[in-house]
Amino acid sequence: MQRGTDPPAGRALTLGTRSQTIAFVVLVIALAVAPFFTYPLFLMEFMCFALFALAFNLLIGYVGLLSFGHALYFGWASYLSAYAAKSWGLSPELSILVGTATAAVLGAIAGSLAIRRQGIYFAMITLALAQMMYFVALRVKFTGGEDGIQTVPRGHLFGVVNLSNDMAMYFLVLVIFLGGFLLIHRIIHSPFGEVLKAIRENELRTISLGYKVDRYKLMAFVLSATLAGLAGATKALVVQIASLTDVYWPMSGEVVLMTLVGGLGTVFGPIVGSFVILSMQYKLAWMGQWVLVIQGVIFVACVLLFRRGLVGELAHWLRIRL
Amino acid sequence: MATIFGIPLMALFGQLLIGLINGSFYALLSLGLAVIFGMLNIINFAHGALYMLGAVTAYLLLNYAGIGYWPALIIAPIVIGVLGMVIERLLLQWLYKLDHLYGLLLTFGLALILEGVARNYLGTAGLPYSLPDSLRGGHNLGFMYLPNYRAWVIAVSLVVCFGTWFAIERTRLGANLRAATENPTLVRALGINVPRMITLTYGFGVALAAFAGVMAAPIYNVSPNMGSELIIVVFAVVVIGGMGSILGAIFSGFGLGVVEGLTKVFYPEASSTVIFVVMAVVLLVRPGGLFGRRA
Repeated sequence: MQRGTDPPAGRALTLGTRSQTIAFVVLVIALAVAPFFTYPLFLMEFMCFALFALAFNLLIGYVGLLSFGHALYFGWASYLSAYAAKSWGLSPELSILVGTATAAVLGAIAGSLAIRRQGIYFAMITLALAQMMYFVALRVKFTGGEDGIQTVPRGHLFGVVNLSNDMAMYFLVLVIFLGGFLLIHRIIHSPFGEVLKAIRENELRTISLGYKVDRYKLMAFVLSATLAGLAGATKALVVQIASLTDVYWPMSGEVVLMTLVGGLGTVFGPIVGSFVILSMQYKLAWMGQWVLVIQGVIFVACVLLFRRGLVGELAHWLRIRL
Repeated sequence: MATIFGIPLMALFGQLLIGLINGSFYALLSLGLAVIFGMLNIINFAHGALYMLGAVTAYLLLNYAGIGYWPALIIAPIVIGVLGMVIERLLLQWLYKLDHLYGLLLTFGLALILEGVARNYLGTAGLPYSLPDSLRGGHNLGFMYLPNYRAWVIAVSLVVCFGTWFAIERTRLGANLRAATENPTLVRALGINVPRMITLTYGFGVALAAFAGVMAAPIYNVSPNMGSELIIVVFAVVVIGGMGSILGAIFSGFGLGVVEGLTKVFYPEASSTVIFVVMAVVLLVRPGGLFGRRA
């Protein structure tokens, strides 16, 4: 697959390059002031999707595994988080934790099945398992079937901060998003992350070097599912609803699209990609079903013309890493 | 009335029949996927959408041109097959040297485009397609009632499936095809036009999907999302059967259709998930798939 070039050997284990540091600082400042200029709700949703795409990118970009079923972790975490907040009356931080833990468990089960096959089969298995859990979500009672779980209370963070205030909620989401981003950044620049990249480049050779490749893949899968779950669990509190849309296959496709548009295997690509796709959906909502067609065209165009994605192309053009 | 394990025999055979019908479609689609994957190294996500277009073509032919079921059974696969060949020449041929995953991503995009366009013009609700007069009615077999159309669908898919198997495994054309799958460069050196063969293979695989679509039109309603639901199940069938063998695709298609039908009788709640559960079990017990070589 097409990916960004790797850092010079000497700095492989440091926290990225200077261009990445600058981009990160710009991102933090932009997100800190943005809610004073535009709708916090849109920005919160964007950060949830960006974290979702970052989690997905951890697998495709750094291990070379295409999961076509990431809606499973996003959507189920969202259901459990909403249910915990509404029916069990748990505080928001615990609800998010419940949702995230659910995603971790589901990720461990689905991951241990999916890594038994490589390449294209891996994608088909993850998609099939996600579809199975969609049918389960449709059947079981607590998800509310077609209605979903509505009017989820945001509650009080640690019993103190009232999150029904959009600004308070915004900064909680910002902290979760940045925390997730830094964690992923830390993972891909750790010795563990280096092994993942080795698997991506040449799995057989990594095995012959004595690494238990399956364990590394499973670990990466669980981490990715957990972070996708964190995004979904947070989103359930942001939009105060958990519904079938979030566990259905188009959602899995959407996160692939976001990452592809931004740039597979780039640090900032998934963030840019989710911003572009989400803005497009908002702006073009009036076009109804044509949005689906436009997304399809973007998919085809990305695969044929810009396999590096927006951020990947920019980085290539400026000869920096992003 | 006779019962078995407390289930009326009528219901059992009825569901078995529905299972065989669904199995016919699984077999036809997974067969097409396997043939395409063999030559193009691409998992054709658009297969479901092209199946749907087959049904839509039959619907449009009937309602706007007055062309009935029988001609549609020939015309729709040809039209969609040609569309497939155009798609292969315009889009897919640039992907052969890249990672497999790009093929999946591009055809997924294609599926979104086709489904989106269909939804815009047909709406999301199903459109009815009436049975041809010659296949109405049915026979009472004593233990069950067998509608003629259903018997026809099962018989025809069996013939088409085994015809395809015969063409690929037992004819000279098929031998060339298999050789080109193994080693395209060498086969080209022997003077066989491999790129044209690839285009025709894609066209054929897609035509099979469209053929299945026309046959499905009178049974299920013609609706834009009929393909995307089906293709995911077919992916699970392909994972179970493995794509290495044509017969494997046929057997697992029909077999899983029957398993699904039986589940509807004994434990209806699980009928929509049973194929995925079987897939999970197969992955645990025989990770390479029932008929496939380890991929």
